[in-house]
Amino acid sequence: MDASAEQVAQAPTEYLLHLADNALILGQRNAQWCGHGPILEEDLAQANISLDLIGQARLLYDLVARRADDGSTEDTYAYFREDSEFRNYTLLELPHHGPLVGYAQGDLDYAVTITRNFLYSALMAPLWHQLAAGGDADLAAIAAKSFKEASYHLRHARDWLIKLGDGTETSHARMQAALDHLWPYTHEFWSDSALDQRAQSAGLGLEPQELAADWHALVNDALTEAGLTCPTTAPGYVTQGKQGIHSEHLSRLLTELQSLARAHPGAQW
Amino acid sequence: MSDNGTSTHAAPTHGDGGATESRIWTLLEQVSDPEIPVISLLDLGVVRAVRWADPGWEVVITPTYSGCPAMTQMADDIVSVLAAAGLSVRVCTQLAPAWSTDWISESGRCKLRDYGIAPPAMRSPGLAAHDSGGTAAQRVLRFVPRAAASPAVPCPRCGSSHTHLSSQFGSTACKAQYRCQACSEPFDYFKPY
Repeated sequence: MDASAEQVAQAPTEYLLHLADNALILGQRNAQWCGHGPILEEDLAQANISLDLIGQARLLYDLVARRADDGSTEDTYAYFREDSEFRNYTLLELPHHGPLVGYAQGDLDYAVTITRNFLYSALMAPLWHQLAAGGDADLAAIAAKSFKEASYHLRHARDWLIKLGDGTETSHARMQAALDHLWPYTHEFWSDSALDQRAQSAGLGLEPQELAADWHALVNDALTEAGLTCPTTAPGYVTQGKQGIHSEHLSRLLTELQSLARAHPGAQW
Repeated sequence: MSDNGTSTHAAPTHGDGGATESRIWTLLEQVSDPEIPVISLLDLGVVRAVRWADPGWEVVITPTYSGCPAMTQMADDIVSVLAAAGLSVRVCTQLAPAWSTDWISESGRCKLRDYGIAPPAMRSPGLAAHDSGGTAAQRVLRFVPRAAASPAVPCPRCGSSHTHLSSQFGSTACKAQYRCQACSEPFDYFKPY
């Protein structure tokens, strides 16, 4: 593949998988809205966002497969890894509703969907922006495309966050509840790990402090406009999805995602 | 990289087989976008290069959206149109520089408008992927440009600028839905990318 920048660095495989898994898992999760959206336009919006996210995941898995040069393909990574091999943030695998006991399932709550899309895309727009100027040219090429898409997702989620947060008493209360529920999971963005350390020292152009400043500025700016209160609770348990330690929800999501490919290996349609 | 990202198809640059190369470019004008058939892939700006890569000719395309399901169809259509003319080519994909709606040709923009799709506004330089600097608060504006900063989208039917966004997403990844308040018609807007 031709690329605009010189290849002077190479992203660790586990970091590429982390980026890809984030996109795949949120893409699959949001695709649950297909046919169930609160209004037709938002049904289309979530399907389109999933299309972008799964497209990003495919480009990244394909890059991993080409570098591995071991006969693996994008499908190997999406369909034939176990849950503990996935490196996505725990935030992204959670169902579209507030906390419930164990495997209990609630109705899909659009407040959770919008709030999560907002918190994630506010991280990814600045992160892709950094990676697009980084030393791994193949990754930079994917990041330059993903940046455009993440910025648009951010604008969509931000608009709805404000519309609902600054809407009726009910919509405001539901947005605040969603924010209070999801916020503790965002601490994982900033927790130190071997994965982050290896990525930072690989010459990818990652500036964690600038990223955190951008994320907080984006989040605070929107929450203020939405009239929502940023939770201030100190981090308790910090989730470790990026290290492969997940909630029970990932296993259920992957079962659905992977069942067809596992039942019919090599099937084409 | 064979292209600077501003011209979609430069004049043939390879001395050998320049005639074949020109012929391929001409034939590519007949390959239409699978989802918006009124414009060609050349109008769309996805064909980045035509080159000789031993042992055959290669057409280099760049994806639009990362997840655009039409990409495979585009590659298949290129191969079949050229095969019908007796030319065997290989289609390969190049990601960088990232496709931009700024590469849609002037004639492509006219065809989109005639078809009822408002063509994309040119992206402002402030939205370029590689500008940086400023405080975090200033960068918020780069990541989430305020609505006021985007120009009004004129209605492709009546030309009125009195239009409003009804949905940021539409029937394909590349479009948003608008409604014209002058003629009351809904229309698609090709989003700047």
